[in-house]
Amino acid sequence: MKKSQTFGDRTLFAVWRDERFLRLLGQIVFLVILATFLGYLARNMLNNLRQQGMGLGFDFLPLTAGFDIGEHLIPYDRSQTYLRAFEVGLLNTALVAGLGIFFATILGVFFGIARLSSNFLIQAIARAYIEFLRNMPLLVLLIFLYTGIFIQFPKVRQAITLPGPVLISNRGIAIPWGTPTDTFPLFVRILGIGILLAITLSLGLSWFGRRTGRAPLVWLWSILIFIAAAVAGWIALPSAPLKLDAPTVQGLRLAGGQQLSPEFMALLSGLVVYTSAFIADVVRSGILAVSRGQVDAAKSLGMSGFHIMRLIVFPQALRVIVPPLTSQYLNLTKNSSLAVAIGYPELFHVAGTVNNQSGRAVEVIVLVMSIYLSISLITSAFMNWYNRRVRLVER
Amino acid sequence: MAGELTSRSGVLPPPTERYTWLGWVQKNLFSTWYNALLTFFSLGLVYAILKPFTFWLLTQARWEVIEVNIRLLMAGQYPVEQLWRAWLCLHLLAATVGLSWGIWVRSRRWAGIGLLLLPLALAAFPNIGSSLRLHLLAMDGVALIAFGIGRLGGKSLQRTAIGAWVLYFPLVLLIIRGINSGKGPFPIVGTNLWGGLLLTFLLTVVGISFSFPIGVLLALGRRSRLPAIRWTSIIYIEVIRGVPLVTILFMASTMVPLFLPSGIRPDRVLRAMIGITMFSAAYLAENVRGGLQAIPHGQYEAAHALGLSGFQTMTLIILPQALRTVIPVLMGLFIALYKDTSLVVTIGLLDLLGISRSILAQPKFVGYQHEVFLFISLIYWVFSYFMSYISQRLEVALGVGER
Repeated sequence: MKKSQTFGDRTLFAVWRDERFLRLLGQIVFLVILATFLGYLARNMLNNLRQQGMGLGFDFLPLTAGFDIGEHLIPYDRSQTYLRAFEVGLLNTALVAGLGIFFATILGVFFGIARLSSNFLIQAIARAYIEFLRNMPLLVLLIFLYTGIFIQFPKVRQAITLPGPVLISNRGIAIPWGTPTDTFPLFVRILGIGILLAITLSLGLSWFGRRTGRAPLVWLWSILIFIAAAVAGWIALPSAPLKLDAPTVQGLRLAGGQQLSPEFMALLSGLVVYTSAFIADVVRSGILAVSRGQVDAAKSLGMSGFHIMRLIVFPQALRVIVPPLTSQYLNLTKNSSLAVAIGYPELFHVAGTVNNQSGRAVEVIVLVMSIYLSISLITSAFMNWYNRRVRLVER
Repeated sequence: MAGELTSRSGVLPPPTERYTWLGWVQKNLFSTWYNALLTFFSLGLVYAILKPFTFWLLTQARWEVIEVNIRLLMAGQYPVEQLWRAWLCLHLLAATVGLSWGIWVRSRRWAGIGLLLLPLALAAFPNIGSSLRLHLLAMDGVALIAFGIGRLGGKSLQRTAIGAWVLYFPLVLLIIRGINSGKGPFPIVGTNLWGGLLLTFLLTVVGISFSFPIGVLLALGRRSRLPAIRWTSIIYIEVIRGVPLVTILFMASTMVPLFLPSGIRPDRVLRAMIGITMFSAAYLAENVRGGLQAIPHGQYEAAHALGLSGFQTMTLIILPQALRTVIPVLMGLFIALYKDTSLVVTIGLLDLLGISRSILAQPKFVGYQHEVFLFISLIYWVFSYFMSYISQRLEVALGVGER
């Protein structure tokens, strides 16, 4: 019939029935609802803040903090700014997380392998350890370690002395530590040269490995050459770069050495022990994921047990282990915020104090959350990169 | 099976290894010289740990702190005359578990008996009151009756049992909170009186029941083809997963009142519940998404070919299969949630951990840390171990990874 009319009808229908249009409409409606909801919350918040006589903004960060922080890696006192307090907290978090990851990995790998031991008793002990810790809240463990163990040690005067000397008291643990002497800066430079040497050697060895098809122990040799450089530097220098500083009891407090507060020790040991149980499970399942046939095939090629572990099982297990391991590391870092319950001044604890002092709850929480979020995002970016790198390339 | 050439019953199973106990010891403890060394070392270790511990447990531990405060630890300051409501919830739980056991589990006799022995063992403690003992015994009775009904009813009761589980959680909230303010049978009990293990359970229950629908929606949203919805879900999930729970609880406790119109101030327990739900919804979404990804594309195409709409495809075809595969993972999530409820102490609630801390803060009970913490970690441990046992059984029963 009339061509134009049909066309007109079709455009009329098209608007209603066109899936593309409906999708767009749906999204617009969704966004409008979301924006209205968020706007409603934001307006309420601004109203409430105005009633309390407060504004919004990060202008409080350069103000004087006015509170002390017990432990700080960078110089800090109460006359410094809120920003500085946040930095102190962040560094404490980094310290606990770094040390925690290091020790938890060692302990976790140990228990993960023990869990697969052919010895029944070892296996049973590892299993009891893992099951006990996995089914218990971390916070209970932390508070128990703090109130039940680390502040229950004898008073400073009756401090337990272990060989070292390590002093253990209810005010903390003191371990011997090195204090830098005037040759220390030179020694640091020697260590730098050692690292350079190690990197050069590892690059060379991996190039050699790729050329010849042999697999030299890259890591082992690199670490050995670094240690050799360090030892040679220590001996060659006219006076030792570090002087041993042994802790002693002075009156009512411990002096000298490196002091570890009960809060720090409770947090670190709790995080390490708790996370190690999860890492042990990750390691165990990673090793089990390498199929039996791989080991059998390697044996039939005449490889030794050590070579089978190093060249066949380990690289394949690592592919399975690294992603969940990274997320355990991330969990440990995030869990360090539980220190707020035992009073170790890491990021979240400091943020709580800043909130009490300045009353800027919204800004403080936004700041803390974005710090944790950026740590997580960086970690997951690394994980994606690693996954792409080790991905199995199949036919 | 019927079509196969050899029937299963005609084939003998491979011979199992059999040892004398000496042979077992030889194989598992002393197979090589270093294994023998390890055995002696670990025997020494076990002895070194267990001996002082047993000594302490039997001679030095002072359990009166638990005895005196057992009601606080279990129910906080929930009014004594209303405590029967908590018991009612436990009886209902016993009934539901018994019914489900009768319908589905049937064969695992020993695990069931073990479960029945738990209240009996508790009732055998000498110092508990007679009403407490009566309640414990009644729980077993209720469970047994329900088990019998489930056994007799069999498959025909399946829907009832599923319905009972779905209804159980809201019902518990209603019973504990109460309905009327006056003098009826269920007067409202303010949340400030909730505490102890009761609060821990309620937080878990609320977290599970509310985060489940939200999490499923978020998972669907993340796989949506509409960019606006997909990106909203992604941002929500990744932000929540990127920050620790304590920061979310802190936000819930300080910022929820700010977000609401002035004058409305939800109580602290409700704020904690909001925080926990927001948190676990993001994790649940990721787990459900894993299940959704495992569904082969053919399922969507088949549903499409049958003329099902998108909504029908999701609710009738995709979600039932996806949720079935992720049930064990979800159990793991719920265990984590149960353990994580202990973090509400950081915003000042008196859950099991919080109330223990406040008991230990009383001058009378200073120095009882070991007893109290041993007791509450045992409680946490037993329940989460039980849940992980269920999740392993479910994994087998549902045949995850087999079909």
